[in-house]
Formats: sequence, C-alpha cells, structure tokens
Amino acid sequence: MYSPVIIIEALLNGLMLGAVYALVALGLTLIYGVLHIVNFAHGALLTVAMYLVWLAFDRLGLDPYLSTAVITPLMFVIGYGLQRFIIGPASHGSDNGILLVTLGLSIIIQNLLLAGFNSDTRTIATDYAFEVVPIGPLLLGLPRVIGLGVSIVTAIILWLILDRTDIGKAIRAVAKEKLGASLVGIDVAHVYAVTFALGTACLAIAGGLLMPSFYVSPTTGAAFVLVAFTIVVLGGMGSIPGALIGGLLIGVVEAVSSLFLGDSLGQIGIFLIFILVLLFKPTGLFGARG
Amino acid sequence: MIGNREFLYALAFLIVIGVLAVVGLPGNILNLFIFMMIIALAAQGWNLLGGYGGLSSFGHAAFFGTGAYTTAILQTNFGFNAWVGLVCGVAFGSIVGAVIGFLSFRAGLRGSYFALITLAFAEVLRVLANSWSVTGGAAGMLVRLQNGFTYLQFSDRRYFLLILIAFVAATLFLTRWLERSAFGAYLVALRENDQAAQALGVDVFRIKMQAITLSAGVTALAGCLYVQNFLFIDANVAYGSWISIEALFAAIVGGAGTIIGPLIGSVVLLGLGELTKSFAGGIAGIDLVVFGVILVLCVAFAPNGIRGFFSDLAHKRANRMDAA
Repeated sequence: MYSPVIIIEALLNGLMLGAVYALVALGLTLIYGVLHIVNFAHGALLTVAMYLVWLAFDRLGLDPYLSTAVITPLMFVIGYGLQRFIIGPASHGSDNGILLVTLGLSIIIQNLLLAGFNSDTRTIATDYAFEVVPIGPLLLGLPRVIGLGVSIVTAIILWLILDRTDIGKAIRAVAKEKLGASLVGIDVAHVYAVTFALGTACLAIAGGLLMPSFYVSPTTGAAFVLVAFTIVVLGGMGSIPGALIGGLLIGVVEAVSSLFLGDSLGQIGIFLIFILVLLFKPTGLFGARG
Repeated sequence: MIGNREFLYALAFLIVIGVLAVVGLPGNILNLFIFMMIIALAAQGWNLLGGYGGLSSFGHAAFFGTGAYTTAILQTNFGFNAWVGLVCGVAFGSIVGAVIGFLSFRAGLRGSYFALITLAFAEVLRVLANSWSVTGGAAGMLVRLQNGFTYLQFSDRRYFLLILIAFVAATLFLTRWLERSAFGAYLVALRENDQAAQALGVDVFRIKMQAITLSAGVTALAGCLYVQNFLFIDANVAYGSWISIEALFAAIVGGAGTIIGPLIGSVVLLGLGELTKSFAGGIAGIDLVVFGVILVLCVAFAPNGIRGFFSDLAHKRANRMDAA
C-alpha cells in the first residue's frame, strides 16, 4: 500500500526528529541522574528557548542557528538560577516538594508566555526551511539533517564535559554519593545548579534546531514533555546512552505510527509505549535502578 | 477532637455560602461559588488518594472526564435522566480508577512514576475522546437544555449551588469517616512507610486499590456536575490537564490529608484567581500564573498548606502561653 521509498523516508525523518527529541530527553535524564528529580518544568523551559529563538529572528533578524549560540549560555544561566535560588530552597530537598515546585514553575512559565505572547502559533520563515538533501531516491529536509548532526555533536560535547572536566567529575561524584561528595569539599548546591543548567542549555540547542521546521505556542513544550519522559523512561532514568537510543526509537515510532494512523492518533503509540514500559520494565533499557 | 472542630468549621462555611446564595448573590459571584464547589469536589477526590495515601496523581482528569462523558452520553444519546447519568458516571469513573490503580500498583509504581503514569493515562483518554465519534470527536458534545430536578438543571441557579454544597458536605462526611476508620489508618500508615505497613500485615495493594477507586468516584462526580452546569464537554475540557492541576493545587494549597484542606484550597485559589483576572483586565492565563506562584510559595513556606499553616500558628501560640 505504501511504496518502500515513502516508508524509508518516514523512517529516516523519524530518526532525524528523534535526534532532537533525544536532545530534549538528554537534559531531562541528566537532571534526573544527578538530582534524582523529575523536572516537570523541562517542557516549559523548552518553550522559553523556542520563544527566544523566535524573538531573535523576529526583532533582530538573527538566523535561528546563529542566535542559538547566544541563547544557549543564556538558558544555562536561567537554569542555574532556577535550581539555585528557587527549586532548591523552596523544595527543602524532599522529592514530593521538587515535583510540586517544578510543576508549579511549569504552570507559571507557560501562562506567563500565554499572557505575553497570546496563544498564536509563531513560525520562522527561513529560505532553507524547505530545502532538501537528495540521497539516492530519498529527499530529506535540510533542517532535520542539520538537527541530526548538531544533536550528535551536542551529545558528544556533553559526554566530554562529564568525562573530562573537573566539574564533570564533581557531577558524577554527587550523582553517586551526595554525602561523600560534600565531605570531600564539593559544593553540592552548586553542582546541582550546574547540572540543571546543563540540562536547560540542551533545551536551547533543541529549540534552535526545532524552530526552522516547527512552530511555537505557549503549550508547545507541554506536548514535548511527555515524549521526553517516555524517552527517559524507555532509555532508563538517568542513562545518557539510553536517552539517545530512546529518542531515536521514539522518533521512528512516531513517524511510522502517524504514517499509518494519522497525526492525532499517532501520538497514542508514544503514550502506550510509555505506559507499557512503566508497567513492565520501569528500569528501562539501560537503567540501573527503578 | 481537633478533627471534629475542623469538620464543623467546614460545614459552617458551607452553610454560610448556602444562606448567602438563598438570600441573594450577584450572578457572577454565584457562578464563582458554583465553580469553586465543583473544583472543591474534584480536590476532595484527589485528597483521598494524594493527601491521605500520599500517592500524588497528575492525571485525575481521567476520572473527571470519564464521569463527564458518561453522563453526557447517557443523557444525549440514550435519553436517561441526569441522576442515572450521575450514578453511572461515578461508577465508570471508579472503574477507570480501579483499572489504572490495578495496573500501576501491580507494577509497584510510587512517587514520580505514579504521577507520570496517571498523566499518561489521562492523555491517552484525551486523544481517544478527541477522535472517537461517540464522544463527539473534536467538536465535543452538548447536553440538551431541560429544566427540572430530574435533569439537574435549574432556571434559578441557586438550586444548583445548594445541590453542589450538599455533595461537598457529603464528601466532608466521607473524609471524616475515613479519618476515623481502620481503612483510613492503614492508608496513612502506607503513606508514611509502605514497607513497614506491609511488614505489619497491612494488605497494601488492597488498601491502595480501595483508595484510588473511592478517589476516582468522587472526582468523577465533579465531572458529572460540571457537565450539568455547562451543558457542554469536549476532550480538552474533560481530559485536559487543567482539571488534574486544579484538583491537585487546591488540595495541596489548602492542606493535603486534612478534611477541610481541599475546600479552603479551591476557595482561596479560585477567589484569588478571579480577583487577579478582574485587576489584570482579562489577560489570558494570568490566574494560572497566580495559582503556580501560590503553589510554589506554599511548598516553600507552608508545606502543610493553609490549614497546616494556621494550626502551626495555633500550636506556637499555645506553647507560648504554656511557657508564660
């Protein structure tokens, strides 16, 4: 019923969209892996990044890929401040408190954006948005090919930071043994905030990669957040390779299920995977603990 | 008996609203009270599981929406009256609760995992209701306008408010019963430490199942009454995250795991939300910003909600008087 070219194109498109999903999930899983918290504000922060990209284009005429270079450090600072001065102190370190504070933050951010920008969807029109890269008989959208490449590079950089730098070493120490880390002189509150900031910076890059081919409205991030949670749970909470593979997998599932079921029912595939993984293998594919 | 005094305060508060309504309230205030009571009911439902059982659901929309759609479909497509719709709505809501509970508690989900899976179930139902013809798809469905007690629709909206008050009062009795029953004691025990409770012989799985079924039924009731008030339902209203969030916020802000908490929470939140909206001149979403800020402030400065904040103050004053 479908020609193999269409199916392979859908698969590849899914893979490329999945790479950006993986980037969103990477931030989420990093925060979970170190702080052991589920960050419900993650989706709302992605929306903030996407609006920043849109603003830079709309007001200053900056190309999304160019403005991302500025927005990424900005989001890093926002993430640091949120964890250090709001989430950390307000939640008193209790899991339930963190869950509620990040949920509250996501509601605040989402509705501030609604108040500021109303519910219109905003897009960016670039000349390369519809350009395609021909590979044999396949035609692949240029923004998605770039998305795949940049996501891979970002994941490698993140891995290098965690593996090779002093702060990376401190992050890994805190993730393993918080008390021990603080006893040897690591400032745990600072490390938490840096981790949160790194996770938030990933969102800036994801926002920059999404905007040329996607739209933003105040609820855009909310749509992504369940997908990101699905990836994180599928890959194993806290696992970085899990987030990457999970992201690619979910991208493919979404592309294939919307090809056969249509866009609105296509989402069901993702939620069902999410529920099934939670029920039958809550440790995910690569997770160490449940 | 602190619990008893709290229960009486809550009843007295409801009676005051009822008397005010009968004496006469401006139409917009009456509508606000009606909405407060609907949210208070949903929050009372959330509180039974999230407050007493410590299982924070982020997806009570699944029960609210099932109640709403059940009664709407029974009335519109099958010509049943509103009370049959209401009973069936509560029953179906409870069944959905039992199914979600069975699956999640079997898998031993707690904490953020439980929050996430309830959210996902509500989303699945939302997507399904949005594309199924029986629920009217994306267009939603209307309930026919028919005034009268059997249809639970009144040309004088004060009657509807009084019926809502009666339902909220009933949930206060239910919660007071829970606090005094063995079931409630088991539920609180597993909230505090479910492994210890299990070791002491509490059938943790059964208690959780009973709690989610009861909790879902009460929130489904709120959904049924929502439909009777607005006579319209669609997937984003019925299964949207707004109701999951408002039920949770109201219970937490008022004081989770207390009799009066959800009622205080919904009155304070919706009251402040309405005030902000009237000052801000109809900026969309501004009331929800206020809800979010209040939630964060509560978690930071009053972890036991408004109810806990005042009882802490009372304790401190009593201690000071003892010392003097």
